[in-house]
Amino acid sequence: MSVGADTAISVQNVVKAFGQGAAAVRALDDVSVDIRQGEFFTLLGPSGCGKTTLLRLIAGFEMPTEGVILLDGADITNLPPNKRPVNTVFQSYALFPHLTVAQNVAFGLQMLGRPTAQVKARTDEMLALVKLDAFADRKVSQLSGGQQQRVALARALAPAPKVLLLDEPLSALDLKLRQAMQIELKRLQLETGITFVFVTHDQEEALTMSDRIAVMSNGKIQQVGTAKEIYTRPKNRFVANFIGETNFLTGESQDGALKLASGESIAVPGLKAGGTATVIVRPEQLRLGAEQEGVLKAKVRTLVYFGTDTHCHLALSDGTEIVARLQSPASGDAGLAEGQAVGIRFAEGALQAVEE
Amino acid sequence: MAKSSFSVSSLPGFASIAIFAFVVLYLPILTLVVYSFNSEVTMGLWGEFSLDWYAKAWANERVKDATLNSLIIASCAAVISTAVATMAALGTTRRRHFKGQTFIYVMINQPLMVPEIVTAVSLLILFGMIKQATGIQGLGYLILAHSAFCIPFAYLPIRARLEGMDLTLETAAADLYASPWETFRRVTLPLMMPGIIAGAMLAFVVSLDDVVITEFVKSAGQDTLPTYMLGQLRRQLTPEINAISAGLLLITVLMLTAFFLLTRKND
Amino acid sequence: MSPAEENVVRTSARNGWLLSLPALVLLAVAAVGPLLIVAIYSFLTPGTHGNVVWDFSTEGWSQILWSKDIFTDSYVWADAHLTILWRSIKLSLMTTIITFVVGFPTAWFIATRPPKARALWLFLITIPFWTNILIRTYAINEMIRQEGLINVILLKIGVISEPLHIIYTDVAIFIGMTYVYLPLMVLPLFAAIDRFDMRMLEAGYDLYASRWQILRRIILPIVKPGIIAGSILVFVPSLGAYVTPRILGGGKQMMIGNLIDMQFGQGKNWPLGAALSLTLLVIVTVALLYYVKVANGEKKNG
Repeated sequence: MSVGADTAISVQNVVKAFGQGAAAVRALDDVSVDIRQGEFFTLLGPSGCGKTTLLRLIAGFEMPTEGVILLDGADITNLPPNKRPVNTVFQSYALFPHLTVAQNVAFGLQMLGRPTAQVKARTDEMLALVKLDAFADRKVSQLSGGQQQRVALARALAPAPKVLLLDEPLSALDLKLRQAMQIELKRLQLETGITFVFVTHDQEEALTMSDRIAVMSNGKIQQVGTAKEIYTRPKNRFVANFIGETNFLTGESQDGALKLASGESIAVPGLKAGGTATVIVRPEQLRLGAEQEGVLKAKVRTLVYFGTDTHCHLALSDGTEIVARLQSPASGDAGLAEGQAVGIRFAEGALQAVEE
Repeated sequence: MAKSSFSVSSLPGFASIAIFAFVVLYLPILTLVVYSFNSEVTMGLWGEFSLDWYAKAWANERVKDATLNSLIIASCAAVISTAVATMAALGTTRRRHFKGQTFIYVMINQPLMVPEIVTAVSLLILFGMIKQATGIQGLGYLILAHSAFCIPFAYLPIRARLEGMDLTLETAAADLYASPWETFRRVTLPLMMPGIIAGAMLAFVVSLDDVVITEFVKSAGQDTLPTYMLGQLRRQLTPEINAISAGLLLITVLMLTAFFLLTRKND
Repeated sequence: MSPAEENVVRTSARNGWLLSLPALVLLAVAAVGPLLIVAIYSFLTPGTHGNVVWDFSTEGWSQILWSKDIFTDSYVWADAHLTILWRSIKLSLMTTIITFVVGFPTAWFIATRPPKARALWLFLITIPFWTNILIRTYAINEMIRQEGLINVILLKIGVISEPLHIIYTDVAIFIGMTYVYLPLMVLPLFAAIDRFDMRMLEAGYDLYASRWQILRRIILPIVKPGIIAGSILVFVPSLGAYVTPRILGGGKQMMIGNLIDMQFGQGKNWPLGAALSLTLLVIVTVALLYYVKVANGEKKNG
């Protein structure tokens, strides 16, 4: 149960099952993760992967079937939510419709029994922080979606929690507002220094905002790392596929090289010896040239022009389809034609062996 | 050039039947109200506009007693049934299904399913036994009977309100350090209040309107307005009854209007 | 489940019961419990001055259909009871049919108004629904009685020379019940029609259906649950009606409700009254269970 001094939240071997007996569904299956003090930590995964369940366990809205959760080294596993110094920004905001903006923000402080003057001062401070000072006496139903979002943030931040939990808080906003709020959230996190645990299914949101990301699927954490680590060194096929676009090459591992069905062989550093192996390469890491210059031979299938770049769909000799993303030249013409035979080269370190 | 448009949802004759139905529904009631202002006794004659029958009804001691009984019983029954229905609604909504929940639903809705006359005679027998054994009289029996059969009417709007309420609001309150009691007092109760008021008003109207059960349970001299009217209908008919009816009707319409305004907007 | 989780589930169920308890106690004392006493009373012997003597007897039940001839000790059909039972069922069925014939177009009319007007029309149908049944029956009484408005007007304009004898007949009870229970038919029908997707009518017309075929092949089958709900909601209280037949039948044309009343009054035969009450309760319960079954079936299908 020991944890490092800089660990804010430690989730240890947590299982959460819904239902009983044979019908039980494991929403979380032996999950362990440490979230550091003051970091912006994101739980990323498709819907149903267990990320929201993990958040609700940390908040105390659900209790784990097995395992423990520590906050600053203290066991909070079965502590009710009103006894945890952790606050949540809900997906639906969950603002109290019968209270004003200021009353919403003051709610937590009042429940903690803070003196009235202090509640007032802190509420004003929070409203200023989210730039809603002018709306203090409005009913929440009179606010726009973006404004409601900021009230929810101010309300959750007002009691100065040790950890702020955010459950897909931006999903109800339109694209422009969402991008503005991403910057706003990052600013608030830096200004307050509070640990943020952010749940999202949007990989772009996760990559741009997080210090570290935990990628989840099927109730398990697949990989934890920085945005760069997860993008460049995905651990397995799921992570590689879920984050960004990826080409998969499968073949036999022979003498540190991947032997494709066509008989062609490419050197992959760190490839485990023997057996079937999967290697990924991101589309922007492919270089196309004359047929004999490449390590793999391919034929151009289709070319799709995207403005900044052109996607070139290729068929390898063994029939595998892969995509290369080429920066569009000034003329817009990539100098390729459909049906053309080309040779593929890979950028340094672009080939990554992954687990299935 | 005549422009005729084809309306898919209109069916021939339906609108005429509907208008006929509304006329038939309202004509007798409105006639009754109009004649309560007639200075003459009989229907065939219209004297002049007068409030005499209201004054007569108001001056009648028995009408006064019956009105007082009606109001006491309806108020008590509304308060009691709403209180227990509120608790039951909190107990049976928004929690994991538990063993016996269906039994509770059936029990609560039982008064809606049993014919009034059956409930009436069953209470006549039971309360008769108790009265004989204890010698205790009083309005308590009527209040008890009314409180029981008003429960489903109070329960349904409260339950509907609770089910329409966002559960995450209470989760949010707990997240913001509110204890279960504080969550109830500061979040749940204010939000369910429109449902509670609506339930209390329905219970009040239902109790105020009850004829059959009251008629069987009441002791001598415990008339409510409806049982007083029922008794009068067997004797001579005077527009005094029209005046009392119009008064009761006014209360019902006011309560219903308030009920609709309360339940209409779901904020 | 972890012990903490189990504890939460247990506490939740316990609180559910505890919160429902006051309502359950009140209902047990003043609604459900008394029905058991009625069941017991149906097997006792009538007392001379009303109430019962605590001697077991099945006479209360047998007297519903047969009466004992005091002189010959033989059983003969209780014609009076059978007449009343038959009248109750006949009038209730007729009321159900006529309220449907009038109520369906009315519900359709309300449901096809623009939203704002719809709320108003719906409100107009709920006012009579919540108006005291005594007032509504009395209002009908004022229309159809010997010196009532209908006779007064018809006599004045010379359509008839003698007042119509409607009051205190089966027809009077039938008119009264139709009037009183019409809103009970309209409301569930409206709920069903309101959910009906009007684009299906466009599809129907597009596929060459006539208005009659649209009504019979599309609308009626789809709103069937509402029709059943409305029919049960009208049939059940009609069968147990007390106030309307008492006022409009004038004590001569009785229905089951009045027959029950009589056994506890001048009839002084409480066991028979109790047995009749339970008979009524059983018929009503069967009708309601049928409704629940149909409603659940529909829910599962869509």
